[in-house]
Amino acid sequence: MLPEPTLNTYLALSAILFSIGTAGVFLRRNLITILLSVEVMLNAVNLTFVAVDRFLGTVDGQIIAFFVMTVAAAEAAVGLAIIIALFRHRESLSPDAFISLKW
Amino acid sequence: MDAVFFWMFAAVMVVASLLVVGQRNPMYSVLLLIVSFAALSGLYVLLNAPFMAVVQIIIYAGAIMVLFLFVVMLLNVRTEEDGAETHRPFDIGPGPRRFGAGLAVVLAVQLIWALRRIAEAPFVPAGPDAAAQTSVYAIGLRLFREYAFAFEATSVLILVAMVGAVILARRDPHLPTRKEQ
Repeated sequence: MLPEPTLNTYLALSAILFSIGTAGVFLRRNLITILLSVEVMLNAVNLTFVAVDRFLGTVDGQIIAFFVMTVAAAEAAVGLAIIIALFRHRESLSPDAFISLKW
Repeated sequence: MDAVFFWMFAAVMVVASLLVVGQRNPMYSVLLLIVSFAALSGLYVLLNAPFMAVVQIIIYAGAIMVLFLFVVMLLNVRTEEDGAETHRPFDIGPGPRRFGAGLAVVLAVQLIWALRRIAEAPFVPAGPDAAAQTSVYAIGLRLFREYAFAFEATSVLILVAMVGAVILARRDPHLPTRKEQ
């Protein structure tokens, strides 16, 4: 039979997801996929908040996770707007195309 | 029964996240991330947090991912290498990238090693009043009393992000695009 999940199991799952997101930021060469990897990392942190919340029997973790979500929405909107503005100049999404500060 | 669902959702989430990172086509990445978010929503239900589960689907899968899909379709970039050949003063190269990925694996090993050192912490079984403790009513009371200022500050943040996104993505008539140059 499968072992019953404890707080440690949830934290380990969250750590694995966070590392997958980190690896994505390093490995991918597409600005959109890099932003998606950041979303994976944010969700791993949210899972930690809600799991600890369940362990302590409070709702504060859920409220903080809710704030993380709204900040993620703002980050996605501004990040995608920057990507569109960059794509208009270089016709490319590779981070290697944007190494100069001024052009 | 909960254990079966937990391992199922956890497996779906890890596999979907790995595929998000492994895909070359951003379209598939976005769709797989929605699968990952659905599994995470299931985990929230198991954690006795129905509010977070619903918000996860509505805001993340519903709003943010649709925004990503819009941009992927608007820019119409099929794979990573499309258009990346022309402008490349110097390539970062695969070496540092592999080094970064190795560091990510080291991070995972370190975190799990640290977690194995702390004592096993089983959850207290949910009592009869557990549903009332984490209901939307309880969250709302706490959100609009203790966290009222943070909530209002968030609304200002979103307004600023909205205005910033419109200004950033606007076509500047004075600035020539690459095609016109």
